Amino acid sequence: MSRSYNASVIEPDKRPSATQALIGTFGALIAWGVVYAALEPAAGWAVSALPLERGSHLEEAAAFFLYDTPKVLMLLTLVVFAMGVVRSFFSATRTRALLAGRREGLGNVAAASLGIVTPFCSCSAVPLFIGFVSAGVPLGVTFSFLIAAPMVNEVVLGLLFALVGWQVALSYLGFGLGVAIVSGWVIGRLHLEGWLEPWVLKVRSGAVDLPANSLTVTDRVQAGIEAVKDIVGKVWMWIIAGIALGAFIHGYVPVDLIAAIMGRDAWWSVPAAVVIGIPIYSNAAGIIPVVQALIAKGAALGTVIAFMMSVIALSAPEMIILRKVLSLKLIAVFVGVVGLGILAVGTLFNVLFA
Amino acid sequence: MKQVKVLGPGCARCQATADMIQTEADRLGVAVAIEKVTDYAAIAGWGIAATPGIVVDGKVVHAGGLPKAEDVRTWIK
Repeated sequence: MSRSYNASVIEPDKRPSATQALIGTFGALIAWGVVYAALEPAAGWAVSALPLERGSHLEEAAAFFLYDTPKVLMLLTLVVFAMGVVRSFFSATRTRALLAGRREGLGNVAAASLGIVTPFCSCSAVPLFIGFVSAGVPLGVTFSFLIAAPMVNEVVLGLLFALVGWQVALSYLGFGLGVAIVSGWVIGRLHLEGWLEPWVLKVRSGAVDLPANSLTVTDRVQAGIEAVKDIVGKVWMWIIAGIALGAFIHGYVPVDLIAAIMGRDAWWSVPAAVVIGIPIYSNAAGIIPVVQALIAKGAALGTVIAFMMSVIALSAPEMIILRKVLSLKLIAVFVGVVGLGILAVGTLFNVLFA
Repeated sequence: MKQVKVLGPGCARCQATADMIQTEADRLGVAVAIEKVTDYAAIAGWGIAATPGIVVDGKVVHAGGLPKAEDVRTWIK
């Protein structure tokens, strides 16, 4: 039988000290900066060494691919590492303690914000949902957390920052939080506790208290490295596929076509983007390079952001998982409220940044 | 014999956690009986908010993410 746990555990006394871990992190950051600064000239040199016609579509596509791939992977690694360290300060158990008994309104804001920094894996969604509700976190506040946690995450923010710019990354962060806060608040106002699956309401376990994790500086740096291995190790091929597709769009798809379908003048494009995005479940890593190419080709930013949010926040697999605890009616309300929120964000964005 | 329960719907991390406990127990020469609890209602009954959760001799010692190997050793000793 093969075990998924690798027993190459370092003995406690052989682990790096806090000082060593910090110096190592610092050194790695400097090395990162040196390599990053050299990316553009190196990519330029590599493209000029290829036997391609100057100024051709193919050269444009190759330049985009050769520069963007390492750039994006490096920026993503940095962001994921930082988030891994930040998340080591949070846990679902502590977040729950912070949110239990919280009033709606402020509770929704806190829940959505904590959703960004609390470690969360989609396979944990059901235990988390029940754990929150049975410990006295209001339903709407729980929803704010559950909407924000997958939608606003370090992969999306890191990739937007790397490929489209910090303004769009910040807008996404702000609007994503807004959708999570307002949608959760609306669901809370509707008082739909009766639409949970009956067995959920019978769980009256209360919250278990765990001693706080005694993590050292070394453990937190380790957590950052683990996050990089886990997340970047999983999404790198999606990113490369996405960038390759983006490079193709960049070099070959005509501007007029994209602008006509996803441009600002097409009023129906935001609702269409939301509706098309709901059943699609894609890794954020694969979709954002494509999004970047679409924006460069004249797609309206609000439309593209609405599409992304819809793909990431509302997905069929997640609904199937949540069906274990929510009735179909409640799932429909959830999709409707969040979908309308995203629609509002996309439309607002197109109007504001026209 | 330590009675250990691993609470989780059966994702990769829950499996890794169970393997980790077994490996560390073998290392220490401690006998453990590991039971995987995958039913959502049963998991919820333990009051945790994140999986995998670990219960040793009827007491919840961990919830959420892969535990530290040192901690596992302390729990099963």
